[in-house]
Amino acid sequence: MDATIESTTTLAPDQVASSEDAPPRLWLGGLGAGIAWLAAALVVEFWPNFDDWAYTTELASAAGALGGGLLFASVAGRRLPGIDRLRSLAPWLVALALLLTSWEIFTAKLNLLPRPFFAPPQAFLEVYFEDWRRLGECVIRSLLLLAPGFFIGAALGFASGVALGWSRIAGYWGHPILRLIGPLPAIAWLPIAFFAFPSSWSASVFLIALASGIPVAILTWSGVAGVNSAFYDIARTLGASQRFLVLKVAVPAAMPHVFVGLFMGLASSFSVLVVAEMMGVKAGLGWYLQWAQGWAAYGNMYAALLVMAVMCSGLVTLLFKIRDRLLAWQKGLLRW
Amino acid sequence: MVSAAARRLDAPDNAEGMRLDFLGVNHAFALEDRPLPVLEQIRFNVEPGEFVALLGPSGCGKSTLLRLVAGLEPPTQGQILEDGRPITGPDPSRVVVFQDPTLFPWRTVRDNVALGPEAQGLLKSHRTRIDDALALVGLSGFAKAYPHQLSGGMAQRVALARALVNDPRLLILDEPLGKLDSLTRISMQGELVELWQRSGFTTLLVTHDIEEALFMATRVIVFSERPARVKADIPIDRPYPRHRGDPKLVELRRHLLELLGLAQTW
Repeated sequence: MDATIESTTTLAPDQVASSEDAPPRLWLGGLGAGIAWLAAALVVEFWPNFDDWAYTTELASAAGALGGGLLFASVAGRRLPGIDRLRSLAPWLVALALLLTSWEIFTAKLNLLPRPFFAPPQAFLEVYFEDWRRLGECVIRSLLLLAPGFFIGAALGFASGVALGWSRIAGYWGHPILRLIGPLPAIAWLPIAFFAFPSSWSASVFLIALASGIPVAILTWSGVAGVNSAFYDIARTLGASQRFLVLKVAVPAAMPHVFVGLFMGLASSFSVLVVAEMMGVKAGLGWYLQWAQGWAAYGNMYAALLVMAVMCSGLVTLLFKIRDRLLAWQKGLLRW
Repeated sequence: MVSAAARRLDAPDNAEGMRLDFLGVNHAFALEDRPLPVLEQIRFNVEPGEFVALLGPSGCGKSTLLRLVAGLEPPTQGQILEDGRPITGPDPSRVVVFQDPTLFPWRTVRDNVALGPEAQGLLKSHRTRIDDALALVGLSGFAKAYPHQLSGGMAQRVALARALVNDPRLLILDEPLGKLDSLTRISMQGELVELWQRSGFTTLLVTHDIEEALFMATRVIVFSERPARVKADIPIDRPYPRHRGDPKLVELRRHLLELLGLAQTW
């Protein structure tokens, strides 16, 4: 009896091995990464630039500081807290140092790639140092547009999905509508939305809500409709009311589907956000991209793209964390 | 498995088992072109506290009969009475244990057992009762485990605890041991009999296993091929605990095989 529980909770063999082995004196991966980053710093600082590029020294210092830190960590070894999590990152750290070095050589040092389309790494630093205020404001404006749109869309999508899956009348009236409207890209509503809503902000919230709500509605619906009918039989024989059947049987059983819908909705809300900011809203990261391109400020564009990537990835990670908490009962969850 | 907790769980507030009367029950499935009859003129009574095994060829409609008793579906024709009143819907006094444990995978073992009290709004007052039910099936240590961490036998015990926590007057068992390995099955047969003896509820058991029926039940009802009719109603007047080698049971077994048209295979 006990064996079943033990086998599911024991660690994978490699995890066991790494925690039981005696701590190595030197973290070799960290040593290699440190050397790679120090080398990158030397290349950036002492190989003369082809042209005058600001923030070259700052870039070199940053790379040098990272390299020095890694060297220290590789020697200090296990005494540092959290070092175990860094351990597996060593190959990535080496690769990133090599990538930065070759990028630097091809752009700032040899000028082999056409300017201004290819900005050197220090151009990113320049943007972040000199334009951080505007970039930061754009991130906040984007989030203030995305959050209400996504939450309204997810809530309405979830509620209508449950209704469609549960009630025959809602299914009868809702199914044709969803079938007609669902496949239409939310962006197609953009001209009408900007005409029909009082402000470009509210129009964009509507579009984002539509884009995120429809996949949530469809997946919630299919989740509720696909619940094993034996669950309902069990609950009914135990005295469950209709309300209990919806809230405590149908909804939790459909949750894995709902989360698939939420991920799809989040992804399409990103694209609607960017388009809406480029087309009508005069703020946000989408607008920043458009603006940078208009001024041929490609450094700003890449820097904003990186910020946007970090923001979107962060939001997806957040949703994964929420799912992992809520659906901890599921076996074999995908790790993000 | 049956421990001190059992005595508290089968508190005699309604220790009396349920009486059932099947009054000419007919049932048919609505297929596309025409109805498919599954039950025909089912007519028998079950006295309070009896343990009745329903035996019959696979797919003959025994499980359908249990669904009707559970109140999950109304019969096409005829009536089933519980203590003289017609059954109109499901009720926690008639609980079912299915062949699949069908535990809710998003609930811990304890929360699965708590399902009935929670659905009836009795969660607060039934707290110790839920723990007692878990102790009764020997799974107190697994209260916080999730169903996917359990073996088949453990999951079926949880399903049993989930049924018993409601203090049923009728326990409906739809091949509850059918998917278990033979060792677990034999030990759980004994446990179920002990439970039934000390609790006093009426039990209906659908099974394919003649030995199981003979080992556990006070009466075996044999059904014909679909549409199912009552073919024979055989009391098993042997004392408990029974022994599988009991010559009287061996004789009954031959008789039952004969009724099911399988006499020449033994």
